[in-house]
Amino acid sequence: MPSVLLDQIAPAAPEVLLAVGSLVLLMIGAFRGNGATRLVAWLAVALLSLALYVVVDMPGETRVTFSGMFVTDRFGIFMKVLVLIGAIFAIPLSLDFARREGMERFELPVVMTLATVGMLMMISANDLISLYVGLELQSLSLYVLASFKRDSERATEAGLKYFVLGALSSGMLLYGASLIYGFTGSTAFPAIGAMLAQGTGGASIGLVIGIVFLVAGLAFKVSAVPFHMWTPDVYEGAPTPVTAFFAVAPKVAAMALFVRALVTPFGAIAGEWQQIIIFVAIASMVLGSVAAILQTNIKRLMAYSSIGHVGFALVGLAAANVQGVQGILIYMATYVAVNIGTFAVILSMRGPDGMMERIEDLAGLSRTRPLVAFVLAIFMFSLAGIPPMAGFFAKFYVFAAAIDAHLYALSVIGVLASVVGAYYYLRIVKIMYFDEPVVAFEPAPKGFAAVLAVSGVLTLGFVFVASPLVALAATAAKSLIPG
Amino acid sequence: MYQAIVFLPLLGALIAGLFGRVIGVRLSQIVTVVPMLVSAVLSVYGFFGVLEGGHHDALVVPVADWFQSGALSVAWALRIDTLTNVMLVVVTVVSALVHVYSVGYMSHDPHPQRFMAYLSLFTFAMLMLVTANNFVQMFFGWEGVGLASYLLIGFWFKRPSANAASIKAFVVNRVGDFGFALGIMAVFATFGSVDFSTVFAAAPAQVGKTLHFLWMDADVLTTICLLLFIGAMGKSAQLGLHTWLPDAMEGPTPVSALIHAATMVTAGVFMVARCSPLFSLSPVALEVITVVGASTAIFAATVGLVQNDIKRVIAYSTCSQLGYMFFALGVGGYGAAIFHLFTHAFFKALLFLGAGSVIHAMSDEQDMRNMGGIWRKIPFTYSMMWIGSLALAGVPFFAGFYSKDMIIEAAFAHGTAAGQYAFSMGILAALLTAFYSWRLIFMTFHGAPRADHHVMDHVHESPLVMTLPLAVLALGAIFAGFAFAPYFIGHEREAFWGASLVLPSVDVLEQAHHVPEWVSLSPTLIGLVGILFAWLFYIRRPSMPVELAETNWPLYQFLLNKWYFDELYAFAITGPANWLGRVFWKQGDGMIIDGFGPDGVAAAVRGLSARAGRLQSGYLYHYAFAMLIGVAALVSFFIYRIGPTH
Repeated sequence: MPSVLLDQIAPAAPEVLLAVGSLVLLMIGAFRGNGATRLVAWLAVALLSLALYVVVDMPGETRVTFSGMFVTDRFGIFMKVLVLIGAIFAIPLSLDFARREGMERFELPVVMTLATVGMLMMISANDLISLYVGLELQSLSLYVLASFKRDSERATEAGLKYFVLGALSSGMLLYGASLIYGFTGSTAFPAIGAMLAQGTGGASIGLVIGIVFLVAGLAFKVSAVPFHMWTPDVYEGAPTPVTAFFAVAPKVAAMALFVRALVTPFGAIAGEWQQIIIFVAIASMVLGSVAAILQTNIKRLMAYSSIGHVGFALVGLAAANVQGVQGILIYMATYVAVNIGTFAVILSMRGPDGMMERIEDLAGLSRTRPLVAFVLAIFMFSLAGIPPMAGFFAKFYVFAAAIDAHLYALSVIGVLASVVGAYYYLRIVKIMYFDEPVVAFEPAPKGFAAVLAVSGVLTLGFVFVASPLVALAATAAKSLIPG
Repeated sequence: MYQAIVFLPLLGALIAGLFGRVIGVRLSQIVTVVPMLVSAVLSVYGFFGVLEGGHHDALVVPVADWFQSGALSVAWALRIDTLTNVMLVVVTVVSALVHVYSVGYMSHDPHPQRFMAYLSLFTFAMLMLVTANNFVQMFFGWEGVGLASYLLIGFWFKRPSANAASIKAFVVNRVGDFGFALGIMAVFATFGSVDFSTVFAAAPAQVGKTLHFLWMDADVLTTICLLLFIGAMGKSAQLGLHTWLPDAMEGPTPVSALIHAATMVTAGVFMVARCSPLFSLSPVALEVITVVGASTAIFAATVGLVQNDIKRVIAYSTCSQLGYMFFALGVGGYGAAIFHLFTHAFFKALLFLGAGSVIHAMSDEQDMRNMGGIWRKIPFTYSMMWIGSLALAGVPFFAGFYSKDMIIEAAFAHGTAAGQYAFSMGILAALLTAFYSWRLIFMTFHGAPRADHHVMDHVHESPLVMTLPLAVLALGAIFAGFAFAPYFIGHEREAFWGASLVLPSVDVLEQAHHVPEWVSLSPTLIGLVGILFAWLFYIRRPSMPVELAETNWPLYQFLLNKWYFDELYAFAITGPANWLGRVFWKQGDGMIIDGFGPDGVAAAVRGLSARAGRLQSGYLYHYAFAMLIGVAALVSFFIYRIGPTH
């Protein structure tokens, strides 16, 4: 019956819309050729915006469909909004770059849209099987994106490395999933959760090892230490707009999946997996902060920065309570805002001889492009976690949750790591403001100013939007951890 | 009214200090001088109210609550009694005159707004000090005047000597303030309150009790009094902590007149008088005060004999007069001490401002050896200096005569050994005072001109804005003693002071009226002898001082070098402290803290960073290996933790 079918599909309306829409875009591209790239790109933006509208318009209550494999709740809506915003900004930012670098092919926006479908699936995954399906859809798209510039040695190397390591991590994830299924008898998150909640003697070792493998697979996707090794190479090697996309949307989706896949099925035995998350979080925060110091390439620097920030966000997961999840949501929101802006600046670093990626190239930006320098300085202060920028509040909420959960050592190490991390963020500010200019950048492409303005205002004026955002994050977190 | 007296100067200071640059020089002068004049008029009005037999009990004007912490509760309140009223008159009148004078004196300075703001800030702090209703509020004013003094001594901050002098004043005062702070803590520990009324009311019950501190038991009241007195010694430049005062003359001359002669340095005297209910219960502390005061009086007078800087001579004279005030307190003559404080404020401010006028006329020359022969050119300043010196030397019917005689007689009448010591030192110092005062006058104004003709041609009388304050102060220096002696130290004194000063069991001021004839005559006579000697040395036979200096070379050097106090401190305190500081800086901070701390951590982080970078080899199998190691480590951890049997 049609009405029943429609009811079944309604919770997954954005995903269905995007999947069908991207096929349409593919057809348009196939028939019109590469000349239609801009058209396809803007259609993709329109499609994603429509999906964003559908997501925002969804009713807030938790709904499951596809035999319980797919769930929509406030948590999912919050994360999906972030992912879609990230994608909507990333596609236009890539256009100018693609044209200049000779990679203006219509597949780029289409693959980005498909990756976004995968991400939305991940966020809504309510079963180990649908988790894997969403993850692979996203990952395969990302492998392609990483080596999208086929004639570039660095880009193909990056794509290949990403693919091989991604395959390894998928294997681990599947192995973990099979162990979990073997020791619990189910692949559905709620069923596993219910079974573990009834159990008394804690987790069996098989189940815990299964969780370790699952976490390893997920940690790879969010690039947490020690599964992070691909990140600097891929960030540096991939075309910059793709890196920008990587830094924003997949991070959010993978983090959402990470949270849901641990909290819903294994909430009852949080004491077991907390240890893993604490270890991974500490390793990520420390390595992200320390290793970035000697970097000279700004994309590589941002790679280490993202590793560090994932570590900070995982502090919220380690707390394993509502406040922690709320902290993660706030963290990812500010992370998206700041990273879009930062990459917009990086994408506008174009000198007379093409793109520039060295940190030294920013020298004297305060004199050649004072406004851009100012906005980038705001982003750096925010990433370093200096009040009153957005990044400070993000860190504040995750650490407050960790303190609530009595994870004092984790909090202290995290704060110390952020002090070390502040060094390289502030170094960029110093280079922009106190060093002599070497080269002047060419004028940024149209529209970048708007992106910078939105992102900069959100980052600087976070205090003014904080209370509705925090309230939204709180209800979203409660939808994941009721009670 | 009293709120207006205290807070008007603050208002002026804030406006001139924060907006001086915006509103300009003239307006800054107006917003500081006018409130100050209003404040002075109100103070005088209040003082006459007291003379007519106004309030006898302390009037407490609440302002605000300050803080409350456990049992310690401190409120802002103005305590108004006779003692406060006297101090209000001294502070506001002298300050108002100095404000006016500064308009002329600082006319060539590039930053007159800043100067006026500091002056008003100082006045506010001083008023806070004298109106304090509890020890903590007094400490606030105490530190406030210290700060303003520091800022004003170092006003010409481009001069290294001014900076050094301001730091020296601050640091030496810190020693005294430390004692004061300990005293306040001891008061709180003993009485559970810092409120004056509460403490003074409870004090008699503490007589003979002891305070246990570390391994010692000490008489509680004596301990408190001595600690408070250490604070007074620092602020009032008493022997041992006096070294900052002569150096403080680096500040502009109006500052010397206001802060380092008339008001701030007398804060110690005021504090002891305010705490007279405590001090009169501790004979030991009083004896210490007497001896220290008398020693300071004679020490500073001897050093003043040989100084050549006109301001330094007056500075040592101030130091010496403060010694008089202290031994007057020590023998129980509180009224006499405050009376001398009162008269001294007028004639010493007059001397300083007169010296400022001389310096102004001589194109900023301060060395008396380069002066001489200018009395015909600046007759007004010359006559002002005469009036000031006559008052200082205690020549009959000038202000100083009444107060100083009273102090010396009181010391004699006290009858104890300490009193006798103070009496003889006081007489000797009076001789020296007269001598160096006229040495100053003769060297500065008489004899052959020793300045070059450029300077001499330029010598001129100061403008009206500077001479008018001199004239007002001169009136005070002439009449303040005669007019107010009955109230401060005469028959009206009990009605006048009311409850603001404690009456000692042996009323030393009453006995002072009945000392032998020769005792009351001797200060006057010996003063005249001093003047005669000065005339002999510097007018009649100008070669005598040189011969005397040559025949008594070691003594001359000893005095010229101020008894080698600075050298002693440099050897015993500042030298070792410098050495210690250097050790802590170089070895402690540089090597250990920076080495292991910031620098060490930074180097370690760099090293780590390089290593982390090297891990990133670019080889795929390294990356895969890292992932497998990670998983293996986590799995091993859980197997170890849960155990294989589970």
